[in-house]
Amino acid sequence: MQKNIFQHEFRTHTRSVATWSAAVAALMLVYLSLFSSFSQQAELLNEMMANFPEELLLAFGLTGVNLATVLGYFGFVFLFVQICLAIQAANYGFSLVSVEEREWTADFLLSKPVGRSRILTSKLLAALSSLLITDIVVWIASLLFINLFKGDATYETRPLLLLLLSIVPFQLFFLAVGLVVSLMVKRIRSVTPYSMALGFGMYVLSVFGDLLGESVLERITPFKHFEPHYITRNGAYDLSLAWISIVVIMISLIGSYVLYTRRDIPAVV
Amino acid sequence: MSVIEVNRLTKYYGKARGIVDVSFQVEEGEIFGFIGPNGAGKSTTIRLLLSLIFPTSGSATIFGKDCIRYGPELRQDIGYLPSEVFYYERMRVIDLLKYSASFYNRDCTQRMHELAELMELEMHRRIEDLSYGNRKKVGIVQALLHRPKLLFLDEPTPGLDPLMQRKFFQLVREENQRGATVFFSSHLLGEVQRLCSRVAIIREGRIVEIADIRTLQQNNYKRVRVEVSDLDLAYFDMPGVTNLERHDNTIRFFYKGDINLVMRKLGEVRISDVTIEEPTLEEIFMHYYE
Repeated sequence: MQKNIFQHEFRTHTRSVATWSAAVAALMLVYLSLFSSFSQQAELLNEMMANFPEELLLAFGLTGVNLATVLGYFGFVFLFVQICLAIQAANYGFSLVSVEEREWTADFLLSKPVGRSRILTSKLLAALSSLLITDIVVWIASLLFINLFKGDATYETRPLLLLLLSIVPFQLFFLAVGLVVSLMVKRIRSVTPYSMALGFGMYVLSVFGDLLGESVLERITPFKHFEPHYITRNGAYDLSLAWISIVVIMISLIGSYVLYTRRDIPAVV
Repeated sequence: MSVIEVNRLTKYYGKARGIVDVSFQVEEGEIFGFIGPNGAGKSTTIRLLLSLIFPTSGSATIFGKDCIRYGPELRQDIGYLPSEVFYYERMRVIDLLKYSASFYNRDCTQRMHELAELMELEMHRRIEDLSYGNRKKVGIVQALLHRPKLLFLDEPTPGLDPLMQRKFFQLVREENQRGATVFFSSHLLGEVQRLCSRVAIIREGRIVEIADIRTLQQNNYKRVRVEVSDLDLAYFDMPGVTNLERHDNTIRFFYKGDINLVMRKLGEVRISDVTIEEPTLEEIFMHYYE
């Protein structure tokens, strides 16, 4: 790790971290503030949901979910949080190295007396720290807003904490996959389409997996590996699936180091 | 000891040619010119030596060490001014220079301010607000602030006004006198002629000539200009004469060969004036291109 690169990278993420954290916290505030009205009319709500088409419920992961309970409701809200976190992490992953090539600053950085592995490690740690700050904001906001708006309802702490902790490997998945993909293509002109595609793509896969009852799709997407309702219902991770995320992260990271240390840095023509 | 030793270095970008079988040595303390037209492979060579890209085959050493394996360590003593300068747009000049300095295992603060003052750089401007010429100045300071022992200058002058160019050349000479070896790539021959002791000429990815600037000029052609009142152009058409042309009363040609033959020829006719001089490097250079 090289301290000066870490600091430089961390600083470039500051604004983005603040924006994402604020956006996710605001999203949770809005949704969780509605919880009391949901829980008060629980019967009506569940009756209404029973009349919804099965596919719609599946699309939002709402089958067999009781929105009148704290964790049932929070699990539903958390899906949107996950989508945001996925896109943020994918953004950092796709741009981590590619931004230097897009803006032609790679020549500056790579002609300094520092090896590529150290550069990548410093950049990764800076991105991880930035994501971790967002995660901490999510944790604080979750606990704060749940306790603020839960009214008389009660919830189990363990499943909630497990769910909250799951966002660390969840983000790591998108960071690592984004990074390795960015190193496999020649040049990324704009990061947003890529991170949107990866973030939403994985979400859509999980929805299709539910709709089709197709378990192969479940294996690919971290939205399934760390499915909120599974975690809140069982008070545990679905380890057989969560492992897949861990393995994908490892392979992507190793692949990134291999690719980056051999990469030809393009020059302005 | 050679500071740079390049051994049959070859680089293909997929099927596109970068450089082919390039070999040369740069000795300690010299200013080595590297000339060739755009796309000849000048930048490719420099980028290989900095391990920004990796060779298809061949190898190179800097200060006697493999330039890839010992790259990070070697770059402590290397300064690089790329042909196109790009820096983090949102940073201020001073912050960029400090960031640059923070990579070296020595204190660069004083030298950084000296150079910035010399280059008349406004330290508190943001990079995004700088003109091309001013970015180039940032590049120069950034390349020199750690007092490198080896300097790669890749077409450094475009963008600098004539006054700055002169200051820059002066700076390069000073660095050289201090002991720094300079690798100077350019397609402008005038500046190579002014600065360098030896040159390599690269064309279509291959080295076509490595020579002392002086021998390059001397051993080759003489440029002859004769003022005549009435003489047939064909009179000078003899072996060794090229580019024979006439404008009004002036006959010009290049001559290569025994100079006495031309002198005798000149002595036999009535002429009003004659000039015999070294051709410019430019003219020699065109010869390599044809």
